[in-house]
Amino acid sequence: MDILEISHIAKTFGNKKVIDDLSFSVPEHSVFGFIGQNGAGKTTTMKMVLGLLESDKGEIYVNGEKVTFGENHTNRYIGYLPDVPEFYGFMTPKEYLAMCGQITGMSKEEIRKKSAELLKMVGLEENHKRIQGFSRGMKQRLGIAQALLNSPKLLICDEPTSALDPMGRKEILDILSSVRKHTTVIFSTHILSDVERICDRIAFLHEGKIALSGTLEEIKHVRNGDSIEIEFLTEKDRDTFLKIYSGGRKTGRAKVLFSKKTERDMLEIMECLSQNKIPILRLERLEPTLEDLFLEVAGK
Amino acid sequence: MKQLTAFTKKEFLEQLRTGKIMILGILFCLFGIMNPAIAKMTPWLFELMSEQLSESGMVIAEMKVDALTSWTQFFKNMPILLIVFIVMLNGILTAEYQKGTLINVITKGLKRWKVLISKLVMMAVLWTVGYLITFGVTYGYNAYFWDNRIVQNLVFAVWGYYLAGLWLITVLLLASAVTRTSSAVTLSVGAAFAVSYLLGLIPEIKKYVPTFLMSSNELMAGTLSSKQCLAAVGITAFLTAVNIFLSIVFFNKKVI
Repeated sequence: MDILEISHIAKTFGNKKVIDDLSFSVPEHSVFGFIGQNGAGKTTTMKMVLGLLESDKGEIYVNGEKVTFGENHTNRYIGYLPDVPEFYGFMTPKEYLAMCGQITGMSKEEIRKKSAELLKMVGLEENHKRIQGFSRGMKQRLGIAQALLNSPKLLICDEPTSALDPMGRKEILDILSSVRKHTTVIFSTHILSDVERICDRIAFLHEGKIALSGTLEEIKHVRNGDSIEIEFLTEKDRDTFLKIYSGGRKTGRAKVLFSKKTERDMLEIMECLSQNKIPILRLERLEPTLEDLFLEVAGK
Repeated sequence: MKQLTAFTKKEFLEQLRTGKIMILGILFCLFGIMNPAIAKMTPWLFELMSEQLSESGMVIAEMKVDALTSWTQFFKNMPILLIVFIVMLNGILTAEYQKGTLINVITKGLKRWKVLISKLVMMAVLWTVGYLITFGVTYGYNAYFWDNRIVQNLVFAVWGYYLAGLWLITVLLLASAVTRTSSAVTLSVGAAFAVSYLLGLIPEIKKYVPTFLMSSNELMAGTLSSKQCLAAVGITAFLTAVNIFLSIVFFNKKVI
């Protein structure tokens, strides 16, 4: 079953069309990577799912229920982590979670148990200070705790890792992949290594439309052919080879990259190398990275 | 109800921990003491200056101060307190818009009208308690020094002013639901007061505007009776309700 279904939504700000006839759905228990450049409309889409923005047309269903702007009955299924989560600085993490729990209608006992568990998971259990002194990473972690408080069916994270250092990013990603058993995670980002690390399905948003979507494997197979990188011993060898076999792009000192090559091309290259007696250091078939795909999609 | 109490609790905690309750408490107390103190000191001040004044040819007859002098001070000082109150609470919603703190609680399923009602309850309680403190302190001192009974329509004058303050608080709420910046909120409250005041200058409609309830001097002197103010009371109560209703309507469609 699809936990989230978006069909033909559109949004225009002034005369700028941000979302243009966007449709996609997210099956339950997946980690869904929602990828796009800055300003591609990721946050806008998420805000429409949350009923914080009104879509010009189209419909959104969360767990089978229709989302209406300004009302928030569907939000009981959703946990939301904004890109820069902001809290009431005069409260302690515990007080904040208690307030959130009361808002979602949890019992006192549930709140106590669940918030202790979550604060431990995000590493803030020893923290009794007020939130106003928290660092960005700590706020992000508290953000995850508040988003997971009411055990949502759908966790929406808006660029959860963008502003963090590598350490903080790893922590957040670990937390996100640890909750996938109980929750479907939608996670927007422009950091592709994060996507490769934890997502099983992805969608590329470009110019308000889905440019590419599917499982991670499917997407990687979309491209016809892989890249081949050859590293020569000397630059001279490289140049000699390029005179015989053209079409490569110099990428480093004595390195050359051929893109969109089939297995046949690969054999041809090896044949050419041995015939001309050009020694090499390394020959590697590169799997397409999301970055290549991203640049391809964005460059279209 | 659980949502409402949770968020109202947060409102009070915020005012307490950011020190606003303390500042307001001190100010309301201080003004309560100041009213009779100024009245009490007036003859003494004049005496100090009498020598200078008599040199310039002015002779001061014996000054007579009573509870009325002190109550006049009360109504003279109240606008300052009201302005301080409005300025201190003008960011009640706009600060939340700017920081984005409402997004978390709204996406947690908190009904939007409950946000507004929590804030309204908090402001109304602060205004009521603060106003009662100033009133109580002034009343106590006046009773000790003089006699409160010489003042006519006292309770009604005090209550009328309180009601007008409540009306301005709901204007603040409405402006906060419509605009995005605290300066726009303050301006709107100022504008609402100005419109009411200017309309009050027209003799035909003067009795029907909220600011008419601030005509404390006439009430205390007995030249105006409480009955003559009933229309203004009704209209102020009506406008207050309209403000609350419109705030909820606008806030429901607000992009946060």
